[in-house]
Amino acid sequence: MSTGEVLVSKADGNGGIMALQKNLEGYVGFANLPNQVYRKSVKRGFEFTLMVVGESGLGKSTLINSLFLTDLYSPEYPGPSHRIKKTVQVEQSKVLVKEGGVHLLLTIVDTPGFGDAVDNSNCWQPVIDYIDSKFEDYLNAESRVNRRLMPDSRVQCCLYFIAPSGHGLKPLDIEFMKRLHEKVNIIPLIAKADTMTPEECQQFKKQIMKEIQEHKIKIYEFPETDDEEEMKMVRKIKDRLPLAVVGSNTIIEVNGKRVRGRQYPWGVAEVENGEHCDFTILRNMLIRTHMQDLKDVTNNVHYENYRSRKLAAVNYNGVDNNKNKGQLTKSPLAQMDEERRDHVSKMKKMEQEMEQVFEMKVKEKLQKLRDSEVELQRRHEQMKKNLEAQHRELEEKRRHHEEEKASWEAQQRILEQQKLDASRTLEKNKKKKIF
Amino acid sequence: IRLFRNTQTCFSRTSCTDLFGYVGIEAVLDQMRRKTMKVGLEFNIMVVGQSGLGKSTLVNTLFKSKVSRKSCTPNCEEKISKTVKLHSVSHVIEEKGMKMKLTVIDTPGFGDQINNENCWEPIVKHINEQYEKYLREELHINRKRRIPDSRVHCCIYFLPATGHRLRPIDVEFMKRVGKIVSIVPVIAKADTLTIEERQEFKERIRQDLAANGIRVYPQKEYDDDPEERILNDRIRESIPFAVVGTDKEHQVNGNKVLGRKTKWGIIEVENVAHCEFANLRDLLIRSHLQDLKDVTHNIHYETYRVRRLNESNMNFSELGLSARPLENGTADTSESESHL
Repeated sequence: MSTGEVLVSKADGNGGIMALQKNLEGYVGFANLPNQVYRKSVKRGFEFTLMVVGESGLGKSTLINSLFLTDLYSPEYPGPSHRIKKTVQVEQSKVLVKEGGVHLLLTIVDTPGFGDAVDNSNCWQPVIDYIDSKFEDYLNAESRVNRRLMPDSRVQCCLYFIAPSGHGLKPLDIEFMKRLHEKVNIIPLIAKADTMTPEECQQFKKQIMKEIQEHKIKIYEFPETDDEEEMKMVRKIKDRLPLAVVGSNTIIEVNGKRVRGRQYPWGVAEVENGEHCDFTILRNMLIRTHMQDLKDVTNNVHYENYRSRKLAAVNYNGVDNNKNKGQLTKSPLAQMDEERRDHVSKMKKMEQEMEQVFEMKVKEKLQKLRDSEVELQRRHEQMKKNLEAQHRELEEKRRHHEEEKASWEAQQRILEQQKLDASRTLEKNKKKKIF
Repeated sequence: IRLFRNTQTCFSRTSCTDLFGYVGIEAVLDQMRRKTMKVGLEFNIMVVGQSGLGKSTLVNTLFKSKVSRKSCTPNCEEKISKTVKLHSVSHVIEEKGMKMKLTVIDTPGFGDQINNENCWEPIVKHINEQYEKYLREELHINRKRRIPDSRVHCCIYFLPATGHRLRPIDVEFMKRVGKIVSIVPVIAKADTLTIEERQEFKERIRQDLAANGIRVYPQKEYDDDPEERILNDRIRESIPFAVVGTDKEHQVNGNKVLGRKTKWGIIEVENVAHCEFANLRDLLIRSHLQDLKDVTHNIHYETYRVRRLNESNMNFSELGLSARPLENGTADTSESESHL
């Protein structure tokens, strides 16, 4: 039985309602709340989307495999390193990892082909488009009427791999980070850190941080906490930014111990040794302590930025019925009213449009019919003309024939007359002869 | 001493004859050596690669002195330049009485921009300019006794140790420049790769080079005799060399060695089990230095000369040369001498 704890009240807003501290007289039980939350989240499982960006050959796939101790890219499903890319692609792979009853749905977004071509202008565009499209999906899902299943595929963290040149950031690095620091949490990493000696590494890190500040790039900032222990840890991490990492999944024997590392003729570079590289810091930070914070910053800062920018620019026309709405500063009822009005006006417009379309179609049909009528008429006339012509022809033939007949008859009569004449003269002659 | 049969000329038949006493012909080797030592040697080497691959460090390590651009310019700020600039630094180094005028041509800004189209053009232009200078000198009526040789004898191209394969910019550069100068590709910062990764990487690079028709030094076609071919074959099997450069010394087993000290061990630069720097140095300096110069003079320079002289056909009368048909790309220099 514990009496209630004394809480320092900071509430001085909220419409002037002051929260007074009260001491409890008995055990109420709401101290059990974190457990309930815990159990619920464990049942629901967690999601995390991680993006890796960098030139090919910097060990991104190996690092992912080492971080989560699984073979995301296995021989059956070879990673981007074994496939040559002509343009920048954005690929995502999902893997479900379980540990201690907790499910984590991990999505790794890879960007093969980044920075590999001769001309790399705008190679960051596919990445920006991908991140924006994920934000848009979430915005649509959030604005839906039915939002029970809301999958969160927003990119919560972007690991940017810097090549270990030892000098400073390349122009490509600076351009990319400048364009993406407002959209996603960027954590810069120095890849293949076993290339450098400790002094070179220190020098390089200092140079990078100087350039990052020069160009005003906002990388992910670790939150300040009240806890002194945590602050110490956070400060330690801050000192070692950007983290220099080495990845490996091969296990080597060193002094009887089995460690993960890279075997060289001159020694073994151990991945989990804090003196060799900052891999353990990265892993602890990313998975063990700051995963939730990364998700929160994505949700509260980057997503809200995107949302306000998007909604300030949206207009009412040409938008689908069930998706984006107008300003959400009004109360829900007013909003629903507006929605309804919207809907009605849209229906009216659709009706009008359909009527117009119908009229047009009718007109067209009428026109067609008239045309065909005219056509038929013409043909009819044509045929009639033909018929008449034939008729006339036939008439002519008949006339001709009659003429012929008449002439032939005339000829016959003449012939007969002649014959008669001839016979008469013959008789006359005969008579004459007799006398 | 044997006189070897000369099978190429068809004018005279030479046969092997034995001498029945000591004549002293071999003393010509001594004379040549003394002359070379007096006159000295010129060697021009160009290093090309993205910034941060250790070019200047490697050049310093090769010649064991601070001959690179970085060691010579007092203001050593590592800003990436916006365009490719060529930067030559010359030094005269001496060893055991042998003087060498070494010129290192650096190419800062190569491959560093976001858009690297045509970043090889300043380099190609520079190489051709050197050939042009030499050609002009050669065509003068009154020539100098020793024409200053600023032609690039060797170009070391640095490949980043990604472990995958050649990148488009590497292929483009080596295709274009491999035709006009001897290219020696090396894998930079090779302490990133384990031995298996290194072997696989080299294999893939060799495949890519063959697939793109890129000929790197030593070229197969210019092997004179079987001995040389065997030697060069061995070299060709192990290019590109995986090198590590440094100018710091550390103590290993009581000896002072050049190396890089990391938390997990010391990488000895001259230890062949660790990296192939010693092979590169032997190739460039100890065994093939003269060969590099000869290939540049006899093959690359002659190709350039043929092209130029064919182009400027109208200027032939000015130069006093007649248009002679030239076989297999090699011009007969004695002919041009007689005409001038």
